[in-house]
Amino acid sequence: MTAKKFWSWLAVFVAAFYFIVPLLATLEFSMRMRRGTYSFDAYRSVFADDRFASTFSYSVVMALITIVVGALLIVPTAYWVRLRMPYLRPVVEFVTLLPLVVPAIVIIFGYLRLYNSSSWLPLTNTDMGANALLVFGFMTMSLPYMYRAVDTAMRTIDVAVLTEAAESLGASWPTILFRCIFPNVLTGVLSGAFITFAIAVGEFTMPSLLNRPAFGPYLALIGANKAYEPPALAMIAFAMTWVSIILINITTRLQKGAAGAR
Amino acid sequence: MAATQPLLNRRLITDWLGIAPFAIFAVMFLIAPTVYLVSGAFVDPNGNLTLQNLIDLFQPNILAAYVISIKISAASAIGGAIIGFALAAAISLGGLPSWVRSAVLTFCGVASNFAGVPLAFAFLATLGRLGLLTIVLRDVFGFNLYGAGFNLLSFLGLTLTYMYFQIPLMVLIITPALDGLKREWSEAASVLGATSWQYWRMVVIPILWPSVFGTLLLLFANAFGAVATAVALTGSSLNIVPIVLFAQIRGDVLHNPNLGYAVAFGMVVITGISNFIYIWLRMRAERWQK
Amino acid sequence: MSYLELSHVQKSFGIVKVVHDFNMSINEGEFVSFLGPSGCGKTTVLRMIAGFESVTGGTITIGGVNQNGLKPNKRNIGMVFQAYALFPNMTVAENVAFGLKVAGTSKAEIEDRVKEMLDLISLGHLADRYPYQMSGGQQQRVALARALANKPKVLLLDEPLSALDAKIRVSLREEIRLIQRKLGITTIFVTHDQEEALSISDRIVVMNAGIADQIGTPSDIYNRPATRFVAGFVGTLNILEAKVENREAATVRVAGRSINIPPANLNGAGDGAAITVALRPEALSLSKTPSSDVALDGRVTSVNFLGSVIRTRMDVEGQQVSFDMFNNPGLQPPQIGEIATAHFKASDVLVIPN
Repeated sequence: MTAKKFWSWLAVFVAAFYFIVPLLATLEFSMRMRRGTYSFDAYRSVFADDRFASTFSYSVVMALITIVVGALLIVPTAYWVRLRMPYLRPVVEFVTLLPLVVPAIVIIFGYLRLYNSSSWLPLTNTDMGANALLVFGFMTMSLPYMYRAVDTAMRTIDVAVLTEAAESLGASWPTILFRCIFPNVLTGVLSGAFITFAIAVGEFTMPSLLNRPAFGPYLALIGANKAYEPPALAMIAFAMTWVSIILINITTRLQKGAAGAR
Repeated sequence: MAATQPLLNRRLITDWLGIAPFAIFAVMFLIAPTVYLVSGAFVDPNGNLTLQNLIDLFQPNILAAYVISIKISAASAIGGAIIGFALAAAISLGGLPSWVRSAVLTFCGVASNFAGVPLAFAFLATLGRLGLLTIVLRDVFGFNLYGAGFNLLSFLGLTLTYMYFQIPLMVLIITPALDGLKREWSEAASVLGATSWQYWRMVVIPILWPSVFGTLLLLFANAFGAVATAVALTGSSLNIVPIVLFAQIRGDVLHNPNLGYAVAFGMVVITGISNFIYIWLRMRAERWQK
Repeated sequence: MSYLELSHVQKSFGIVKVVHDFNMSINEGEFVSFLGPSGCGKTTVLRMIAGFESVTGGTITIGGVNQNGLKPNKRNIGMVFQAYALFPNMTVAENVAFGLKVAGTSKAEIEDRVKEMLDLISLGHLADRYPYQMSGGQQQRVALARALANKPKVLLLDEPLSALDAKIRVSLREEIRLIQRKLGITTIFVTHDQEEALSISDRIVVMNAGIADQIGTPSDIYNRPATRFVAGFVGTLNILEAKVENREAATVRVAGRSINIPPANLNGAGDGAAITVALRPEALSLSKTPSSDVALDGRVTSVNFLGSVIRTRMDVEGQQVSFDMFNNPGLQPPQIGEIATAHFKASDVLVIPN
């Protein structure tokens, strides 16, 4: 018993060392900007840069659009498949898992070939088109997580019974979908949304290859040209990831609480 | 009968209309781009069917990129799996206080998502030439890391960096499997005369290996497709597949678009195989978890 | 002769004492049930015998050998768990063979023994099934075979029937008892179900709050409960407050009338002492039989049809009394609100020590 505990503590301490040292080092490095003393100059410099605010807000907006469009696509689909076409479930599940198989860089490579300026649908010609392409790319990347989260939430509420109950009370289809189904799978949508957010805001490959003024490419650019700002940005990114994970944990706990109360 | 037939058809049509938006999205932005690249890998610039592109993948610089990519992915997956398993076993079976468990799991949730460019920055700040650990080792312990041949922009450096998201991923996926080991199994084994090693060998390992091996493959695919960390860490100085492909998309450095498709196809094949085995093993593992 | 000896066994978790001074000798081949509500310490005692928990005080000996400090895998004990605990990665035959395999038994011997065991539980035809392919009752029989394969010195059953359906519960408990008799193995059966304990045990230990309230045969426990807890936990009882009228004559006053009870039942309570008496519902009857000598009048408050019996409850001067009568389609059961008269024998009155 004590031997088991000893090894367990050892494993935790070794892991803690490996995980905490880079964070401390990053923090330390980010505060070295002013010679001879520690300061938050690097953070000041980061926040003073206009491009920080503009690229970050661009990425946030793109992420939010992705979440809304993604939820509008996936919730009705998952609902429809559960209710009307259960025989399609294996196929839909397979498709939603595909983005794990096809790396993001390959997907975006395909977009650039299919929707370039000389193609039948030249989306890359305009800013709006390229933005749309980016949103679709983010949606594709988040598909496995979003679909799973929503589908799991639907399993716990038994959509068929809920739909029949609503129909028997005379509800129309839009009412059923937006007043009955959406609120009940909201926690699933939310936990999917936070993962999407975490993926989309920091994503480098897609916006970089689409030449979008996003946060990921900006980070890489700073990394190539500055010394003390990159670790400051890394700390900021780490803090943001931490916040999204805590939000995910809270929503899943709410979901479990709701399921437990049933 | 005649009256019900059209009704049935109408129902079928509404069924398919309901799924149409998703189907169109999936075809346009997931399947068609992939199929386009894959089929492009099998034709020459004039549109004739050929296997030359795939054969060209075996030219030295591309082959070397695949080899080093596979090596880094495998090393970070195996390292991540071993350490992650030890950590998961510690928090699941080690009898540690519950706050340790929830702290580790929450941190793993964060760290598994802390990839890409910021992760590269963090490791540059730690193990780069001016990184904290490098300096501490030099000034306090008198050990010159880079003098000893270490380089962050190398196999070892990249592996060490990737493990920062690989270990947490392993912990997150394997902890539920470890939690699924019932206490009664170990009690039943011990009351039947088994030592704890016999219990692990005859019960735990057979139950867990599909999950562990499957997760190993997932980690492998995860590292193989990781572009951002590699690009941000090494610029283009390290010849690994995602970087080659990134450069190819940017500016056709291979001077042959179809060879570029073949490189992409090769990536899909490798991540695809590992993911399919992962999913298959996972189903196998879940069979017992009823 | 005593085979399994528990003497002054105690267990504390931190400052919480879950088992106080537990003493018992169990004979070889005996079937003993530990009966009590959850949290009474019965499972803890079982786990100490198996070696999963160490004793805080006292000793446990099996066949004269002190078990304190012996690890579970050195005790040669068979155990069946509530949740079956079959190894999910092994077939039925492999599960049963597990203990023999780790003991280093030869292949041929294992094969024979596994076959013998599966025949014992009549599941020989399912030898190659996996646990997830079988019903709960089948899994629990396999668990029993697995526990018996090593010829253990003692068989421990930890609520083995609680996870099963009512019907299977009854048939499996009979099967367990049959197998136990056939093998003559010393067995301890933990349960919170009094009917289970009464029906299959040689002796029952009724436990309450870490203490063995009473150890006795099923009929002892049922007919002569030693404490108020035992009386209340085993079976249904009418509890009536009473007063000793005359110690010498053994008369007590219950529900407004004097009755004579066997003097031995008084347990030395003095004149005027308030005592508690109890009557099993089956001791009361609506019809007067030659042997019944006491009658109670009361207003019927509820009538429950339970199938073979009808349980009637009535109010006798502010105290609730229920009694059973066999269902008889030709006979009108009492109606709610009616005045009914219940008869019983004074010698059936139990005096419960306070």
